[in-house]
Amino acid sequence: MRLNRRSFLQITALTGGGLALGFFDNPFLWAQGAPRADLSPTAFIKIAGDGTITIMARAPEIGQGVKTMLPMMIAEELDADWSKVRVEQADLDDRFGGQSAGGSTSTQGNYLPMRRVGGACRQMLIGAAAKRWGVAESECTTAPNRVVHASSERSFGYGELATEAGALTPPSMDAVKLKDPKDFRILGKPHANVDIHAIVTGKPLFGIDCKVPGMLHAVIQRSPVVGGKVKTANLDEIKKLPGVRNVLIISPAPNSAGPADTKTEPGTAIAAAGMEPGVAIVADTWWQAQSARRSLNVDWEPGPGAAQSSEQFDKNAAELMTAPPQNTLRSYGDVDGALGGAAKIVEATYAYPFLAHGTLEPMDTTASYKDGKLEMWTTSQSPGGGRSQVARALNMQPSDITVHICRIGGGFGRRLQNDYMVEAAWLAKQVGGAVKLVWSREDDMAHDGYRPGGYHAFKGGLDAKGKLVAWRQHFITYGEGQRYVSGGAMEAVEFPSGRVPNYALFVSAQPLILHTGALRAPGHNAYAWAIKGFVDELATAGGRDPLEFYMEMLNSTPVPMVAEAGRRGGNDTMNAERLKGVLQLVAEKSGWASRKNTPGKGYGLACHYCHAGYFAEVAEVTVDARNRIKVTKIWAAGDVGNQIMNPSGAEAQVHGSIVEGMSQMAQEITLKDGHPQQSNYNNHPMLRFRQAPQIELFWRMTEFPPTGLGEPALPPVLPAIANAVFAATGKRIRTLPLARSGFSFA
Amino acid sequence: MPLKIKVNNVVSTVDVPPDTPLLWVLRDVLDLKGSKYGCGIGQCGACMVHVNGVPTRSCTTEVGSVAGQAVTTIEGLSPDGSHPVQVAWEQIDVAQCGYCQAGQIMTAAALLSKTPNPTDSDIDAAMSGNLCRCGTYLRIRQAIHQAASAGFVSQK
Repeated sequence: MRLNRRSFLQITALTGGGLALGFFDNPFLWAQGAPRADLSPTAFIKIAGDGTITIMARAPEIGQGVKTMLPMMIAEELDADWSKVRVEQADLDDRFGGQSAGGSTSTQGNYLPMRRVGGACRQMLIGAAAKRWGVAESECTTAPNRVVHASSERSFGYGELATEAGALTPPSMDAVKLKDPKDFRILGKPHANVDIHAIVTGKPLFGIDCKVPGMLHAVIQRSPVVGGKVKTANLDEIKKLPGVRNVLIISPAPNSAGPADTKTEPGTAIAAAGMEPGVAIVADTWWQAQSARRSLNVDWEPGPGAAQSSEQFDKNAAELMTAPPQNTLRSYGDVDGALGGAAKIVEATYAYPFLAHGTLEPMDTTASYKDGKLEMWTTSQSPGGGRSQVARALNMQPSDITVHICRIGGGFGRRLQNDYMVEAAWLAKQVGGAVKLVWSREDDMAHDGYRPGGYHAFKGGLDAKGKLVAWRQHFITYGEGQRYVSGGAMEAVEFPSGRVPNYALFVSAQPLILHTGALRAPGHNAYAWAIKGFVDELATAGGRDPLEFYMEMLNSTPVPMVAEAGRRGGNDTMNAERLKGVLQLVAEKSGWASRKNTPGKGYGLACHYCHAGYFAEVAEVTVDARNRIKVTKIWAAGDVGNQIMNPSGAEAQVHGSIVEGMSQMAQEITLKDGHPQQSNYNNHPMLRFRQAPQIELFWRMTEFPPTGLGEPALPPVLPAIANAVFAATGKRIRTLPLARSGFSFA
Repeated sequence: MPLKIKVNNVVSTVDVPPDTPLLWVLRDVLDLKGSKYGCGIGQCGACMVHVNGVPTRSCTTEVGSVAGQAVTTIEGLSPDGSHPVQVAWEQIDVAQCGYCQAGQIMTAAALLSKTPNPTDSDIDAAMSGNLCRCGTYLRIRQAIHQAASAGFVSQK
């Protein structure tokens, strides 16, 4: 998997500061890390004598298209001929700055810095040509891959100038002149995934395809209950099985400090922090290691997690809902008074389950340990974070750990957690060589960092005209006190906060012993469904069209955020005009005003703002006599600012978000005696080919800086479908998965 | 006991137990990494190959059962990616992460070799055993229609 580096005449010393973004205030920018002032763009571009341009793609490619899009940004300002561009995946290296994928941040985090890298290189090529011709740089322009001196009708190809350009002093990044977007030739035009040919011909690209000479293969049988540990296991029997080289009991790490991998007794090793206890089997092939598990007998000490069940979670939640809320996230006006005086009151409880990520490529990493140094080939969305975690866990210096980023068979937030990186590194150190760790699908389902489940008790009040005058919401999540599990917190700015005259948002939590984490559009994938479903209930109760009901709220003057006890989250960054804009656009394109709901066929509308993007979606569904839902069509309208980078990739992200949102409606992870009850795609199903709807997508171009598309199209599809099912059947879907509300996808 | 298997027109001798899944022989013994592991239980189709032209899940196919049969993997579908389905996949830019696509392509190629001009319901029936976690289904449909209209010629 080593990158094949041909010999290039390299443009060097292309340095400069001033790469801080500054133009975009985004709460999710954390995922990129702080913008680095010392980013060195020289790392990004190599120009060969024949004019071939190699551009390094810095961020992990998880299917979101950044391996194509980021180099497009560079190529645009470099004025490159795209057919001469080769893209290589960068290794983890400080020279590239932020190298993570998450939070829909790649567009806003790269749009200026990557263009400046390309523009600076173009300026140096112009400098080299002007020097050769003895003319002023200002007389020179560029055409794709050429510097042109129009008045003398002379030109040089970039390849002819590469060596001299590399010897020039690079311009200050702040001073790099960027194109007017109306002159873009590459950005804004559809470009195919740079790996598409390798993908359709089955080339080894992914982490699981990695091959290192002499490597062994490993699986780990982890405790079926999180927090459990091994009492005894039949190691001697397993060691005799074909191909098995090593079997190790992994004992719990005492804590993150101290010697992480001190051996205790033969056959036992202490886990590094971040690993789950269990039994590791290392063999010549993966199938031998995996087959050996069938003979493995482990006596587990399950620990306190074994007392947990989904049934008990439901009971606890029901009790918490009727008890006084533990915390107030936001409260203003007089909710109780307004509810008392309301012409109509609507109450409903929404509940949704834990979900697994189920990336098609399971968790995997290959690690090679030699002479106190580690080399890793990984599928992490945050390889820098993973390297730090490995360094801490194995008491190593990050500089002794080389990380290669492989193409990744799906991220969806799962690979922001780096447990498999720590495991592979630890195993490599234990065996003193190279090990490829591949989780089985069953391992993946049973040891995910799940999207946490939750419950929302709503009470809304309408006045005589059907205007929303009071909103009371009690969110039941998991955690302790005011510390909530990862992916299970809510912010005080969540719609309709600030758009209702009297408002209260409370939160209570029950304890949980289970790993949780971000799943594509974390939080929003659940809250949008519950909240926008309840908004639809209120509109119906008031005899209002949901579109007009939204407009009324969005036209109201927002109640400003003030310092309040228990308040979480920053200022309300939602621009109501932009949400109204996509609502109007989707209404127009779907013929919302003239829709005809009939028994068995209905239309539903929802909108959402998250990850700096605005989406409104309309669903058309039919529902048969057996409550089987066929989603026939989704109209989607999006506003992500003034520039779509790669229309092909952008549309793909919206398709993917809609299909994934539908999958999320049908899935659940449940616990019984602490054991996750789902094990594979047969009982945690994802949407199948015949179930995918037609999708029509419309962009609303606005003057705002461009933002990302990994996530914002997902949240509205769940409530749009649920609201359409109500329009078709008169039945509300208030509990997910669909089966728990008596529905299924046809 | 060594077994002889024919993969992409090459006969190889592999020394594995006959109940080893074909998928792991392809990937780790023959070093053909195009067929992917997704579920191991025949649910996702990422491991799809052809056995005598019939789409077959290699994760649930014992290697012993294909001795003497012609196995084709994505690496053997065409020498250079010129199979009409591969060409259409590139033109439509089907893939997102790309992990499932070898399996999708093998299923689609088998469909078109039997049904050169499939209807949408033919495509639904053929493709619903292949999961795509990224949700590329709409483009897969488009690419199959495009491959069909480009004049698919059965490859034997």
